[in-house]
Amino acid sequence: MAEPHRDPPPRAVPREEQEWGRRDRPGPEQDSGQPPLADSGPGREPYQPRQSEPGPASYVRQGADESQGLGKHIYQPPAPGRDPHQAQDQRGSAGQTHAPGHELYQSQSPSPHLYRPPGAEQASYKLQIPELNSSQRYLLGQGSHHAQESRQSMYQSYALGLDPYQTQEPKSAYRTYAVGQDPYQAYDGGHGPYQPHEPGYGLYQPGYSPYDDQILDPKSRTLAIQNAKAFLLKSSTASGMNLYDHLANMLTKILDEQPTNAVDIIENISKDVKWAQFQKKMDTLRDEHEILPTFEAAEKRKALFLKANGEGDEELEEEGETPLPNVMETAFYFEQAGIGLSKDESYHIFLALKKLISVQPVRTCRFWGKILGLEMNYIIAEVQYHEGEEEEETEDEEGIEEGGKGMGEVEDEYEKNEKEDEPPKSTYKPPPVIPKEENGTGANKYVYFVCNEPGKPWVKLPPVTPAQIVCARKIKKFFTGRLDAPVVSFPPFPGNEANYLRAQIARISAGTHISPIGFYQFAEEEGDEEEEGGGGRDTYEENPDFQPPSVAEMVDSLSMWVHHGQSILKQGRCVWFNPFQKSEEEEEEEEEEEKAEEPDELQQEIGPPLLTPLSEDEGIQNIPAWTAQSSTNLIPQYAVAVLQSNRWPGAYAFAAGKKFDNIYIGWGHKYSPENHAPALPPPVQAEYPSGPEITETRDPTLEEELAFRAAKEEALAAAEEEEDEEDDVEDDEEEEDD
Amino acid sequence: LGSLNCVEWSLLPPATEEMVARAEQLKGRFHGDPSFEYECTEINAEDAERLFEGGKELMIKEESRLVATIEQIDRAVGIIPRGAFVKTPLGSVHENRNFEGLSLTEAKKLSSYFHFTEPVNLKDKTLLEKADLDPSTDFLDSLEHDIPPGSWTVQLEKGDTVVVLRSLLWLGLTFYHVPMTKQYGYVYFGTGEKNLDLPFML
Repeated sequence: MAEPHRDPPPRAVPREEQEWGRRDRPGPEQDSGQPPLADSGPGREPYQPRQSEPGPASYVRQGADESQGLGKHIYQPPAPGRDPHQAQDQRGSAGQTHAPGHELYQSQSPSPHLYRPPGAEQASYKLQIPELNSSQRYLLGQGSHHAQESRQSMYQSYALGLDPYQTQEPKSAYRTYAVGQDPYQAYDGGHGPYQPHEPGYGLYQPGYSPYDDQILDPKSRTLAIQNAKAFLLKSSTASGMNLYDHLANMLTKILDEQPTNAVDIIENISKDVKWAQFQKKMDTLRDEHEILPTFEAAEKRKALFLKANGEGDEELEEEGETPLPNVMETAFYFEQAGIGLSKDESYHIFLALKKLISVQPVRTCRFWGKILGLEMNYIIAEVQYHEGEEEEETEDEEGIEEGGKGMGEVEDEYEKNEKEDEPPKSTYKPPPVIPKEENGTGANKYVYFVCNEPGKPWVKLPPVTPAQIVCARKIKKFFTGRLDAPVVSFPPFPGNEANYLRAQIARISAGTHISPIGFYQFAEEEGDEEEEGGGGRDTYEENPDFQPPSVAEMVDSLSMWVHHGQSILKQGRCVWFNPFQKSEEEEEEEEEEEKAEEPDELQQEIGPPLLTPLSEDEGIQNIPAWTAQSSTNLIPQYAVAVLQSNRWPGAYAFAAGKKFDNIYIGWGHKYSPENHAPALPPPVQAEYPSGPEITETRDPTLEEELAFRAAKEEALAAAEEEEDEEDDVEDDEEEEDD
Repeated sequence: LGSLNCVEWSLLPPATEEMVARAEQLKGRFHGDPSFEYECTEINAEDAERLFEGGKELMIKEESRLVATIEQIDRAVGIIPRGAFVKTPLGSVHENRNFEGLSLTEAKKLSSYFHFTEPVNLKDKTLLEKADLDPSTDFLDSLEHDIPPGSWTVQLEKGDTVVVLRSLLWLGLTFYHVPMTKQYGYVYFGTGEKNLDLPFML
């Protein structure tokens, strides 16, 4: 449409010549009809020029122009009886301002369309506002170019593709409809005055001369224009902006950015412009470079992706068998069952595990699972050290324990020596502390490392003590995500969150680590059965001859699965410990004093032996302990057998051929259909029952004592009198005594 | 709509208050069989009389329980970000097409999320607070005042690009939102049991 102005050249010419240059825009648009607007291209520079004049700040100009266009009553929109849209058309043609040349406008009608993007409303205006917009390239070339038109009202500019900036000319906006003439006349010098009602009126008014065409009722038109503009310039009470400016901004933005289908997203554009208002104000201060949190997170993870030291890598490769588990593979299988973490996370965990094993000397490593917490989550890795590696830490603990014992002994002796002076020694002996199991056996068979997120350093969890396990059974608390958080509960938990976490992990492992039957078999041991009252075997090893049963079998019967996690006894250990098999010294001491009071020997606790099939797991109410499913019924060849635990919701196991694994993803609590009822505090200890022996009586007062004494003496005196006859001496004696 | 195998779907009946009330008394896991019938064993003598008088059955089908549970979950913990729905002056609520998402700072705050049910607490707010509310977007209960406090966990995942809220009252309800975008939603994966131990666990 380069030539919207197909209009008679003269028009175009004048237009172009118009300083506004805007015309060009409108011009072409007008003819071509709106697309030109979009381009504002051909010959559009007019907009620019216009802009130059009015410039984006054309407002200013417009102000100036106002004078010119003012006369026009923008408001004629209805005037010519055109709908605004028509006006657009007209405007389109407006650029053309040839009133009589409606046809021109028609051509311009496209322009109206063009203008639409900036705002349909504009369309109508557009045509008419040739002058307004310098930026209104889009202005259908209508008068918007006329700077003066600008006053036409920004709308016009909009309509015409005038610069929104032209807002200053609100009037023009209205004008567009009206007269396009006026504005157009501004630049359409060449064309005769176009009547407002004529299509294309006001579009091209290159030669718009203020004095032209101010024919019809100039005063009222001017007034109307002014009114319109004033209305547009009215500031909103809510936001302090005014419509005029906003429209101008919007149109400018559109013209600058030239989005496709601008009309469809006009509302969004409007919103963006409004939003941008806030940004402008901070231009003077440069925002400090904000580091996106994503960037920070990425930085942390970056460390994961960097290769470990060269040495570490070489060693690993030489070993052949790497302790690193193939997390991605496991994740794939679990994904078949609909369980697991996202791929991203799995991969990060993979890398984090790799880092872990390069730092710690581990023999085997496994991704145990993820426990959700309130603030942060835990990612847990199960690790087995090489033998002999782990003794460093235990030494400290043993040292402490021994020190404690030593102290205890010293105190005992001390107290015995001073028994007479000390208050009665309490005969209360706390229940013996059940020692924790050695690292590497029983509940402490594996060492667990946790981190909050892959990329953060791994923290080793302390080994678990039976007391902690026993207490953990009684409480039910959420994890916060911070290892040093205290666990406030009743009964008081001995330890902080790290211990509680470790205890829960131990319970979950013991309860839910399963494998297909036959995968593990007992190592051949001799003589183990005699120890510890038949505690059972506690080691197993892989069965090299393992023949995996088919998936269907795995799913159908629970007896195809066995526990390879040793279950924890009530005591809190896997292997029963008889606390009364104390060291002989202590026993001797006690024999004399308290043998009588010693409670009955604890019954030996027996738990299910290792490698018991799941079918022996008791269910909860009438729900079996495990739910087995095949991952898919549709493709049995590649199906995976999946087991879900009902006792520990979140524990899953899968088996596919020779591969199997367990995982836990959840909150870390056991399932109980009944509500959790915390233990009540123990009843208040009763006092010694009161009886006459120990009831205190008031000491007798002095009078009472004297009275008592007097009474006693009277009694004696009476007795003496009786004896008086018998013995006078006695009387004398008594008198003397008195 | 419900399904057992994601292939065949059947329409579930809508939940009625009565269904919800009865289902609340049931405990234990779901069985997976929609026609399984539970026996009401825990009702008081009074209730039993009432029910008997009404001639109602004491058996509840699992289907009803399922429907009631869904309704309960939606009612209790169905949440939406602030601004996603707007209320017109006429009272009707509809989706806000211009909702562009919460900003990162807003997304970390519980007050930017609302329960998607009839507001209960809104009237109890002080007048001052009410003055700050924007009636078109703040017409629902926010999560801030949920009892017990702390029954939601807010976490940012994936390098702070996704905010995930998890409910602790209904374990398994997860709500996600990508800040500055229109994406949000919630899903429930779980056993369908309310976590009544919540106060002990916090």
